[in-house]
Amino acid sequence: MDPRLMHYARSTRRFIAIAVVLGALVALLVIAQARLLSTAIVDVAQGGSPLSAIAATLLALLVVIVARAAVSWLGEAIAYRSAATAKSELREQVVDHVLHGCPLGPAGQDAGATAALVTRGVDALDSYYARYLPQLILAVIVPLAVLLTVVGQDVVSALIVALTLPLIPIFMTLIGLYTRARVDRQWATLARLSGHFLDLVAGLPTLKIFGRAKVQAEAIRSMGERYRSTTMGVLRISFLSSLVLELLASLSVALVAVTVGVRLAEGGMTFSAALFILILVPEAYLPLRLVGQHFHAAAEGLGAADRMFAILEAPTPTSGTRADIPIRPAIHIDGLSVTYPGRDSPALYPTTVVMPPGRLVAIIGPSGGGKSTLMSALLGFVAPTSGRVVISGDGVDIDFADVDVAAWRARIGWVPQAPRLVSPGHGPTTIAAAVRLGRPDASSLDVAAALDAAGVLAEIEALPDGVQTLIGDDGQGVSAGQYRRIALARALIRQPGILLLDEPTAALDGVSEAAIVDSLMRARDAGVTVVVIAHRPAIVNVADVIVHIAAPAQRGVAGMTDSAIASAEAKAMDWTRTTLTGSDL
Amino acid sequence: MSPVRQMWEGMRGQRARIALAAFLGFIAAGSSVALLGTSGWLISYAAQLPPVLSLSVAAVLVRTFALSRSLFRYGERLMGHDAALRGLTSLRVQAYQRLEVLAPVGLARFRRGDLLARLVGDIDAALDLPLRVILPWAQAALVSAATVAFLAWLVPGAGVALALALLAGLTVIPWMVGHISSRAEALLAPTRGSLSISIVTSLEARADLLAFGATDAARTEIASCDCRLTELARREAAGLGLGAGVGVLAQGLAVVACLALAVPAVLDGRIGPAWLAVAALLPLAAYDIVMTLPASVIAYQRVRASAIRVAEVLDAPPPVTDPPDPDPAPLPPLVMQCSGLSARWSAETDSTLRSIDLSLGTRERVAVVGPSGAGKSTLAAVLVKFLAYDGSVKLGDREIHRLGGDAVRGDIGLLGQDAHVFDATLRDNLRLGCREADDAALCDVLARVRLHRWFETLPLGLDTQLGARGTAMSGGERQRLSLARLLLADRRILILDEPTEHLDTPTADLLIDDVLGVTHDRATLLITHRLKGLDCVDRIVVLVHGQIRAQGTHHELLAQGGWYADRWTTEMEREDVAAIAVSIPPGTAMSRGRPG
Repeated sequence: MDPRLMHYARSTRRFIAIAVVLGALVALLVIAQARLLSTAIVDVAQGGSPLSAIAATLLALLVVIVARAAVSWLGEAIAYRSAATAKSELREQVVDHVLHGCPLGPAGQDAGATAALVTRGVDALDSYYARYLPQLILAVIVPLAVLLTVVGQDVVSALIVALTLPLIPIFMTLIGLYTRARVDRQWATLARLSGHFLDLVAGLPTLKIFGRAKVQAEAIRSMGERYRSTTMGVLRISFLSSLVLELLASLSVALVAVTVGVRLAEGGMTFSAALFILILVPEAYLPLRLVGQHFHAAAEGLGAADRMFAILEAPTPTSGTRADIPIRPAIHIDGLSVTYPGRDSPALYPTTVVMPPGRLVAIIGPSGGGKSTLMSALLGFVAPTSGRVVISGDGVDIDFADVDVAAWRARIGWVPQAPRLVSPGHGPTTIAAAVRLGRPDASSLDVAAALDAAGVLAEIEALPDGVQTLIGDDGQGVSAGQYRRIALARALIRQPGILLLDEPTAALDGVSEAAIVDSLMRARDAGVTVVVIAHRPAIVNVADVIVHIAAPAQRGVAGMTDSAIASAEAKAMDWTRTTLTGSDL
Repeated sequence: MSPVRQMWEGMRGQRARIALAAFLGFIAAGSSVALLGTSGWLISYAAQLPPVLSLSVAAVLVRTFALSRSLFRYGERLMGHDAALRGLTSLRVQAYQRLEVLAPVGLARFRRGDLLARLVGDIDAALDLPLRVILPWAQAALVSAATVAFLAWLVPGAGVALALALLAGLTVIPWMVGHISSRAEALLAPTRGSLSISIVTSLEARADLLAFGATDAARTEIASCDCRLTELARREAAGLGLGAGVGVLAQGLAVVACLALAVPAVLDGRIGPAWLAVAALLPLAAYDIVMTLPASVIAYQRVRASAIRVAEVLDAPPPVTDPPDPDPAPLPPLVMQCSGLSARWSAETDSTLRSIDLSLGTRERVAVVGPSGAGKSTLAAVLVKFLAYDGSVKLGDREIHRLGGDAVRGDIGLLGQDAHVFDATLRDNLRLGCREADDAALCDVLARVRLHRWFETLPLGLDTQLGARGTAMSGGERQRLSLARLLLADRRILILDEPTEHLDTPTADLLIDDVLGVTHDRATLLITHRLKGLDCVDRIVVLVHGQIRAQGTHHELLAQGGWYADRWTTEMEREDVAAIAVSIPPGTAMSRGRPG
């Protein structure tokens, strides 16, 4: 039982309470059934009562049986209901946590896996709730109840049960401790061998290229053989614990039966007590045996829960509270670096830049150099590992760590590298709905104006459905260039003080690119600070500030000789001068 | 043949072992029934106050059954697992042989590692077929038959009653549970699917939602979908719980019926009074064994789903077949000549080649360029006989569809986008190219592909473990390793299919230079969408929408204009931006004055 399950899925507590009550009920019914059954048998076998004389007992037995059936039906039904609720509780928290910025690794890559975990994966919890937990509770209640009942009938039998029952967990623990090291070692080999088949299948194209594919069938056979013998080594040991469990359970039943029988023959106890004990004692061991059987299903459910707990326990970026952000802030980046958890080298090496208000800042550099990470830091998606960002203007300086991130983001228009146009809560995504994500209360005129500013209005109005055109998940319905410019309109409609754009013209044709560059220049001229990651000269050419972001190993263009660097520098100087002349005119 | 049947056929060789395991399980389950029966008899007989010694046989039997129940169960589990694992090995070999025919074109949709892992997991699910389906059923049926036979001998009426109850436990109840659970699954699946879609959509767009302060709207949408699913699941709970209750009810009814039918037999002296307890307790014990069957129906449904998915893959038509009577290998000089070549990647895709005429002379170096989706990889697949084609592809004087696939690939080598690094030592990974190569040759080839620096950092040298559980390699290092393997294999014709596809620009530039450098002495077909370095090849072919648009040298194509010239300009622009970067120290900015 993982206490985190009770913590995160609160309905589990209620369920456990109900399961305890039902468990007690089951214990009572089990005892009643044994009592009625033994009475009926004794009455006939010893007293020679006719069927009519035991009819009342049999009727009572039937009632108990129906009640037992009802309780087990109720128990499972409640378990499945609780499982559904608990799964929903867990799901909601995981989705919440992830939506609030819990890091998932590279964008989107894990979205499918996380969705699979919280929809299909959690179904493994069904068996945990419906079988394992109730059985665990029964394994505590029923043996105790049986023991108490047997004490009242016959102390010797009670002693046998009381001595053997605790032996089961003790022996299982001892065997577990004794064999753990060996089993662990075997499991490591096992994991390796089982990965091998996948490795060969994944490498099939390569094997075929070298004409080595067909002969590997023999390797798979011999590896399977090794896998089998190693697995059997593990199983011989791990089945031992269930052997001990079964052995203890059946031997103590046998012991009780034989001792009771002998004392009965010597006249030391009554038939009815003896039969009652015999029917009852196996019931004390049954739930313990069943717990073992359901352990596998339980482990699977807990595995899924564990993966969700791991997500829930990952920290989300924190936010400050200051919302007095200047109208036209300058962004001072001072020695900012970011290292993702679990990585050795920084994603962004220390960077010092001033981004003045109302300027166009181009960020250039090789891929993997940290450009997108810098932008994530400016959006508050990642926390700096060292250094800081200061927002200044209107005579105040605010450390970014103190800024209310939601208020800050409300000032930003962002166009990510791979924008996703969505409109949650508004049904299928139309162009207008996608743009309104930037400002939900925007009028149709505002939407048209934003699309116009992004240079895409004319093309959209030419579509048969205009701004009501549906955009599919992968952007079906509009072209790649239109998709990006709609994303730009979504950013512009916020009337942001700062525009952050990640390669807004990648893979666009010249016309789309020119339209975007035009809008960026107009935004800058209107006083917006425009920060743009650029790979193409069209944007770099019009930038006021150029920031170079690269890992030290990527300094310059990797692999360039000194003379090549010199000529590249000459070219760059040349180019800068041209641009300056252009601006001067 | 149904997919499960097919899976079972694949484990054919293990039937004797599985039968033995079922027998051991039968003895174990039978012992547990007999344990309760004998104990009941012992106590009932003892109640008649016989001499204590007369109980000794029954007492020994009770202890024996107690021991044999546990020991035979242990034996059954070991034997069953042994048989299942052996069966799995032969299934894996059969599946591999089939996958070998399909790979790589027939497995293209498994390019994502997790899908492939799922396929392999589905094959492994076959373990449950004997362990969780066949064995439980076989034992339950055998024990039921034996118990019914014994009870029928004792009290015929009770035997019939037990037979009816057990028959229900063997057939109707598991069928009902299976039906209810698959009905619930069918009901829940669409709702779960739409929940999954709304979660995926929101999670994929989560950065956008966060930045635009729209996470609450997404949460509300997911919550309403979740609510529907949970409500449906809660409604289905009553049905899912029914199986447990029905089992308990059937067991109880059987006990009461057998008891009631045995009472007259005791009273009129047909059986001794000691047998009454036996008649009541046998149904109790036997039914305990049958009650595990609903779980095995669920296991069966799972195995079946896996078997269907496996069959879908393995029963797909192969993308290309070897002729039963292949022509002898072609003789040098090996000129490759495609004429009127048409091919398509799969029935569903448009990635089609149409009427390609292309030649590659000995030692000639030709580049095939074009936008993604133009059919470049389809061409590579055809040339190494991974894919069937129409028209003609000649290797020397032979048509390649008349040659065996391995024979074609004995002359033509391929370096793909992401060649596999096996979970094995560096030596074994390299020797894939040439099994006879000694360590000196391996070190030599590592130097040729410029991996010697990396190699020197490996403390275990050629014995270093690579791959999933071994030393991590960068993308560039992996491609260089694959290149080394290809050089060792010493093929006369090399096809390089986007060898720099997944690398960053500087790494890609260095790699492509080296690739072209070490392969200068053999016929090479370089497939790429990047144009850097192409000024040194003999001829460039521009492939757009599956057709050859232009051919010529770098300078000729630049002069012609069109896709090649446009692409070249774009690439040069990137170079220009990179050049500006050189003048600015990383992590700092350069500011330019702006009027106004």
